[in-house]
Amino acid sequence: METAKEHFQIVFVGHVDHGKSTLLGRLYADTDSLPVGHLDKVRDICARQGKVFEYAFLFDAFLEEQEQGITIDTARTFFSWGERQYIIIDAPGHKEFLKNMISGAARAEAAVLIIDAGEGIQEQSKRHGYLLSLLGIRQVVVVVNKMDLVGYSEEAFRAIEKEYRAFLAQLRLEPQYFIPASARNGDNVAATSTAMPWYRGHTLLESLAHFVKLPARTDLPLRIPVQDIYKFDPRRIIAGRVEAGTFSVGDTLVFSPSNKTAVVKSIEAFNVPNVIHSVPAGRSAGFTLDEQIFVERGEVASHKDAAPEVSDRFRANIFWMGKNPVLTGGRYLLRIATTEVEMEVEAILGIIDASTLGRGESPQRIEKNDVAEVIIRTRRPIALDRYADIDTTGRFVIIEGYDIQGGGIVMEVFKDEQEPFRAEARRRDFEWRRGEIHLDERVQRNGHYPGIVLFTGEKGSGKARLARHLERRLFNGGKQVYLLDGKNLQYGLGTDLSGSDKEEMVRRFGEVAQILLRAGQIVVSTTNTFALADHQIIRALVHPHTVITVHMSFVEGALPDNTDLHFLESDDLKAAAKTIMELMEEKNILL
Amino acid sequence: MKHLEELEDKSVYILREAYKNFDNLCMLWSIGKDSTVLLWLMRKAFFGHAPIPLVHIDTSYKIKEMIEYRDRLARDWDLTLVVGQNKEALEAGMAPERGRMECCTALKTRGLQQVLDEKRYNGVIVGVRSDEEGTRAKERYFSPRDKNNDWDFRDQPPELWDQFKTRFEPGTHVRIHPLLDWTEINIWEYIKKEDIPVIPLYFDRGEGLRYRSLGCAPCTTPIRSTAKTVDEIITELRSTKVAERSGRAQDADRGMEKLRKDGYM
Ligand SMILES: Nc1nc2c(ncn2[C@@H]2O[C@H](COP(=O)(O)OP(=O)(O)OP(=O)(O)O)[C@@H](O)[C@H]2O)c(=O)[nH]1
Ligand SMILES: [Mg+2]
Repeated sequence: METAKEHFQIVFVGHVDHGKSTLLGRLYADTDSLPVGHLDKVRDICARQGKVFEYAFLFDAFLEEQEQGITIDTARTFFSWGERQYIIIDAPGHKEFLKNMISGAARAEAAVLIIDAGEGIQEQSKRHGYLLSLLGIRQVVVVVNKMDLVGYSEEAFRAIEKEYRAFLAQLRLEPQYFIPASARNGDNVAATSTAMPWYRGHTLLESLAHFVKLPARTDLPLRIPVQDIYKFDPRRIIAGRVEAGTFSVGDTLVFSPSNKTAVVKSIEAFNVPNVIHSVPAGRSAGFTLDEQIFVERGEVASHKDAAPEVSDRFRANIFWMGKNPVLTGGRYLLRIATTEVEMEVEAILGIIDASTLGRGESPQRIEKNDVAEVIIRTRRPIALDRYADIDTTGRFVIIEGYDIQGGGIVMEVFKDEQEPFRAEARRRDFEWRRGEIHLDERVQRNGHYPGIVLFTGEKGSGKARLARHLERRLFNGGKQVYLLDGKNLQYGLGTDLSGSDKEEMVRRFGEVAQILLRAGQIVVSTTNTFALADHQIIRALVHPHTVITVHMSFVEGALPDNTDLHFLESDDLKAAAKTIMELMEEKNILL
Repeated sequence: MKHLEELEDKSVYILREAYKNFDNLCMLWSIGKDSTVLLWLMRKAFFGHAPIPLVHIDTSYKIKEMIEYRDRLARDWDLTLVVGQNKEALEAGMAPERGRMECCTALKTRGLQQVLDEKRYNGVIVGVRSDEEGTRAKERYFSPRDKNNDWDFRDQPPELWDQFKTRFEPGTHVRIHPLLDWTEINIWEYIKKEDIPVIPLYFDRGEGLRYRSLGCAPCTTPIRSTAKTVDEIITELRSTKVAERSGRAQDADRGMEKLRKDGYM
């Protein structure tokens, strides 16, 4: 055995019983790749169970798999050939185990899809083909197996080839080879078949070497999703895998969605011979920054000129593996790279029938094993990419309960009404020239973080009274606090604006608020000038500072969206202020 | 050695995910080469530190040198070591002569279970590899175990794109397997590349014998080999077709499947 120069992962897929495990077993046996005694052990088991010998038993290791003659879960097998160490994943073909097939296929760089010459193209042959395209696997070899059952007929082979080629073409997949084979007899597995002189192409074994290693994602824009932050020693190390691009010491990094920026001071690693200056895509890295900015797991570091999208709404293609169907309005957890966020299925646009590739109209629900097109809304804006642009930050999983039950890829990122303001905030943050004092230092001296409390509600419901009371309480408690009334801008900063320029007024308010926040202040705001939609604009502008929204009304009733607290006009002031301050503690404004 | 980098990156990623998502985590350390490489990868992942406690299940039948080596590394690398032992079973005279399966179940599986119960670990990092035997080839990187420590291999949760099972029902735990993609040769190549100090029992010390896989003294036999260095081991492995665990008694007759289903590593 040679030293492997590279790793390569391949998955074997196809309809149940079409011979995937047998083909794999045969490949190992015919290349003398099994440990000594292994084949005999399996022959022995078969003999004792009174069965004919099955190559499939080499990898179908569970007793149940052998008893039922079916693969239940994927097996990871190791095959060394030429300069490559292959990991070949044997996936199950039974529909019930589709989630296992997906778990195996998602790791692969290429696929071998097996079709039984006797049975022809079946439901899972198509579904697996479709899922391969969805999982981004572009390199495919199709093996038409069990040619012995059709008398090694070229006609039978060509018919399947023609039909399946046409199917894959709709998915824009073009198989590298179609290989007629008999796994049972070893035809065209490792050795060229003498039974099919009409076929002059490669054997399966030869075809494996023609799969090419996908280029590392180094040429794409930089993406490092923050995995964790370590302070085991004086170094404050940000850990994360470079999912795309390359970064170097001295680079200015932007963290999305918080828009924080800092310069890479050092690249850290344990037991390496030389100081590391730059790290390419694929590597699990760690680095320190020139400033102690506050970043969290889930943020994505990039370069300034090619940052990821930030949004809370996108269109996606998903596949569902859960037992419970997905309904419109269904709430789940979404995980994309290292971000985890609550999500809602806003709309189901269509279910894709894997065998016809047609789209079902006005679907009500997504059932287990369905592929669907949906619109997803997340609870807060997240950093993401279109799958077509950067796959690693454009794919996600959906968690229901304790388990991953779905997966998907981002097709289109929507811009909401706040997008222009979000873009403004980003541009402004990137270019912001900071003073000598860092926010950390202000926080340390003030004993609290900055944050903004927005009061909403009808006229006369007691907003102003409560806001003033809160300001007084915070001030007396030694906090840096300022009550900013939107009205106050009207005769100064907004004197050039007419009543119809309300959005511009809100924008200016947001910008003033964010300056106060930068200065470390807690901002309390109450005004009737602003409506609820305006609050979303303010949120976008003061991002990533913490915003608390308090609603006041005369009677109990439905609350506006994004409301954190609700009080009645008749409520006790002191108690209300206390509740607000407790929330401020919970949200980490007050420490 | 690009493929070793790939393996290292993936394992490090898994270890960091485990560390972030589990509040009560441990790593099993059998003192063998695999779990020692795993321990080294922990130090890689955490920049020289070993923040996860190491659990060693001492069956009392381990080779003496293994215990000395364990304690030396624990000191040198500043490790938090938790030693578990099923004392009741040992006092009741449990030994391989009572039957290998019984002995493994009592001293290893039960011994581990006792530590897990006592410390309430909800994430257990284990250095098993897919190429060791058939059921390990079917493991997930993050594999849930139920309240009885059982592995429901019929219904494993999906795992894709390095998104792992990090949520679990109270009372259950998750086994974490960062080494699934490594082969025996990869382990030795990495030991060489990183110059990791492995226990000398793996090398021939003049008697023409060395251990290829380390377990309990009565149930593990050395193989005939004159490999005295890591390089010689790698050369030997490249030419051999004998399975690694052929010196281990448990693997005969579906023993492993049964053991593993009930919580064996
Ligand atoms: N005649 C003939 N039978 C074959 C051939 N290849 C596989 N078989 C038989 O087809 C049956 C199914 O083979 P498997 O390899 O288990 O099929 P599989 O695709 O792995 O099935 P799942 O993993 O359960 O989806 C077994 O009985 C094999 O012996 C072949 O080339 N010719
Ligand atoms: Mg199979």
